[in-house]
Amino acid sequence: MEERPFAEKVPRSADLNEQPLVILELIQRLKVRDVMTTELLVAARHTTLREVQDIMKQIKISGVPVAENGRLYGLISIDDIIRALEGGYIDEPCQKHMSTKLVVLEDDMPLSFAISYFDRYRYGRFPVLDRNQRLVGIICQRDINRTLLVELTHELRRMEELTGGSSAPQDDYAGLYFFREFPVSKFDFENAGKAATTIKQLLQERSFPARLIRRVAVAAYELEMNMCVHSLGGVLTCQVSNGEVEIVARDTGPGIADVEWACRDGSSTANDWIRSLGFGAGLGLPNVKRVADHFEIRSQEGEGTRVRAVLVLASENKPKEESQGSGGG
Amino acid sequence: MLTIDELVEFCGATAVVVPDPGVEVTGCYTSDLLSDVMANAPEDCVLVTVQNHRNTVAVATLVGALVIMVCHDREIPEEMITAASNEGVAILKTPLNQYHTSARIYRAFGS
Repeated sequence: MEERPFAEKVPRSADLNEQPLVILELIQRLKVRDVMTTELLVAARHTTLREVQDIMKQIKISGVPVAENGRLYGLISIDDIIRALEGGYIDEPCQKHMSTKLVVLEDDMPLSFAISYFDRYRYGRFPVLDRNQRLVGIICQRDINRTLLVELTHELRRMEELTGGSSAPQDDYAGLYFFREFPVSKFDFENAGKAATTIKQLLQERSFPARLIRRVAVAAYELEMNMCVHSLGGVLTCQVSNGEVEIVARDTGPGIADVEWACRDGSSTANDWIRSLGFGAGLGLPNVKRVADHFEIRSQEGEGTRVRAVLVLASENKPKEESQGSGGG
Repeated sequence: MLTIDELVEFCGATAVVVPDPGVEVTGCYTSDLLSDVMANAPEDCVLVTVQNHRNTVAVATLVGALVIMVCHDREIPEEMITAASNEGVAILKTPLNQYHTSARIYRAFGS
């Protein structure tokens, strides 16, 4: 992570009172992977506790994961070492004495989740696994403090720049920041559309141009429905910053075999039931693509899909070429 | 502009939910495909459709459609009624099909 020097003073501006709680936005936006240490020193199962003790001394850490080829077997904490010294078994392999009942975090979880874990379990650190259950990092409270300080400083700088001028006009969206995250469950038609509706309301409350709100609503709704209909479930996020609205849909699978095909009008894998509900005509992704200024999709069969649509506020001033799909169906 | 009362009268419809009796629609869009509605329905319209479920309300809310006209007198499920009341979207139902409903609304706008 790029280190930024600390700001020298905290900006004092009435406008800051209008900002959402920055810290809350941060701990929702940042993922465990943004905070964790990835340069790992691990022990193997046959490593002796004495060797683990040396590792701890060398790099001044109080917990070492026991892992081989990315698979996590356990954790040795400084308490285990102290007990080994007292019990006279410091030369035994860690396999015999490591903690195996581990509480782990996943790299994709929001930082808020990690913070609540520290609060709940009172452990000094948590190993971090990726979606394939491979050890990818370790997180301790120091990592969280350091990242938050850096991010907060950055955020303060940004606010300072934005509020530095005499009085920013009300319709200056460049200074607006907010982030929201919505879980989407498979076949949860009960709640489908709620994320898009909430996003629309949030933008309306902030007096965004109606045309942009409509475009954002289309993108958010289609991506939300796609996850509800096709995926195993996922998360829809909406971030407004720097005069852009970014909608990201990330799901946990099953992935799209042919992304190019899926983005074409009329391409659909939906079944009759889905179609009877008025979905599955293959217009979803083309609709998103049409309303977005930037559109990206990454997917692999057997893995998840990530779609990112960015809508630029400034683009509302230029007439956007309308190429409305004549529609499949 | 057409009022709820006029829509009811011209389409032989029944009012199922009318959160605001004063609304007036300025256009009409007919589709059973919700992505198509999302892409093309104009704001402040009446949406003519057979889709009698709560997702239709979500779509209507998102595009700013004020009234959902459900064709073939299809039964309106309770959760759709609740969603419509919460979102302030009116639901009417008519025994007519989509074609005849649309034709009558088209004529009503002309008169």
